Amino acid sequence: MNLLNDLANPVRFERYARMIFPAVLGFALLTGAAGLYFALFNSPADYQQGEAVRIMYVHVPAAWMSMFCYSVMAGASAVGFIWKHPLADVAAKETAPLGAGFTILALFTGSLWGKPMWGAWWVWDARLTSVLVLLFLYLGYMALWRAIPDKARAARLAAILAIVGFVNVPVIKFSVEWWNSLHQPASIIRADGPTIDGAMLTPLLLMIAAYMSAYVAMLLPSIRNELTARRLARLQFVDETRAAELVEQ
Amino acid sequence: MSALGAIIARDIRLAFRAGGGAAQGVTFFALTGVMFALAVGPDIALISKIAGPVLWTGALLATQISLDQIWRADREDGSLDVLVETSDMLALTALAKAFAHWAATALPLIIATPILGVMLNLPAEAYAPLAISLAIGTPGLSLIGCIAGALVVSLPRAHLLIAIIVSPLYVPILIFGSGAAMSDVGAPQYGANLMLLGATVLFAAILSPLASAAALRSNLD
Repeated sequence: MNLLNDLANPVRFERYARMIFPAVLGFALLTGAAGLYFALFNSPADYQQGEAVRIMYVHVPAAWMSMFCYSVMAGASAVGFIWKHPLADVAAKETAPLGAGFTILALFTGSLWGKPMWGAWWVWDARLTSVLVLLFLYLGYMALWRAIPDKARAARLAAILAIVGFVNVPVIKFSVEWWNSLHQPASIIRADGPTIDGAMLTPLLLMIAAYMSAYVAMLLPSIRNELTARRLARLQFVDETRAAELVEQ
Repeated sequence: MSALGAIIARDIRLAFRAGGGAAQGVTFFALTGVMFALAVGPDIALISKIAGPVLWTGALLATQISLDQIWRADREDGSLDVLVETSDMLALTALAKAFAHWAATALPLIIATPILGVMLNLPAEAYAPLAISLAIGTPGLSLIGCIAGALVVSLPRAHLLIAIIVSPLYVPILIFGSGAAMSDVGAPQYGANLMLLGATVLFAAILSPLASAAALRSNLD
């Protein structure tokens, strides 16, 4: 809580952000490189899926991040809404496009994997469909932010939408699974077997760490950009009112 | 309590009088059915097979286009300020508004469903599931739509934005509603879909008034 209060001060936040950014970026690059090496060269091909299983190492972390970012967004929205924490609002806002990016990546890699496995680029599989709906939740949140000119009001309203969306995510996910099990014959090969071999787990965990730190490494500069943009807008506003006053005189 | 009754009565009266949108909603609903039939072609077997889902989608779209008016009309004539300032529990007011919206837009659709059902060659045994699933599910559409309408009430025009915000949240209602409409009465999916539909709507009935009230307060300060 103390740290949270500290971070409410934009100057102090920028100091922290500048301090940890190189470390986070470095960690992301290292784990990403190591993860990709293991994923592409140093892990076994699947006995059923063959080499296509390697798509999993970029796909599963992306799918995981799509949900993780939405949770962060909703959590930050709640903090911003309840305690009027200015930086939480900015963090929620800047997480949305990153989360949407991970979601698109998950959908894209999922359909790349689906082509050899299912024989179609897109299958109305329960997971694919619920991730697609999640993407639209992100887009709605971003559209609301863009539509409202007053930032303080936009933050509060977008926070309400994020929270409403978040409590609905389990309902949506469940409904899509239900829909799928009723409409589709269960003949598809499961993406991930019940157990996963250690040789496959190492690259997967490395990639998850890489995605997580890449997210933080992208989030920090975008928060700083947003803070700078707001400061600039304020300065311009002051300039304009001053100019208007001068004209009146 | 009488205040809530007055809000409901006033909204319904406004919707059905000149300039209200109740008739337009039903017309739009009928048109979506016609458009689907025209797009599919005169294959009566195919039309009859998709009639249930088509009517559910039509009801959803017809509800969706009227959401922008739930709060906007009150905002334009100033009564929204009075509602927000005077009501002890804004959430209950929001619940009353959602109910009035349902009665003015969804209820006429449910009444019009049998006529459209005949035109789309809906199988005789499918009328009851369709009507019951619409009756249980459409209040959920109004409730969730009430939140979206409250979120955008201070913006000049927001039809498209509302549709983008609300469609993903409508997914469970559409799935369970259409699922119940397509299954036979007595089949296990039928009861399960209806119960899940009811649960989703009850959940929305708790969430929507609170979220709508919060959104209205944020929009008016």
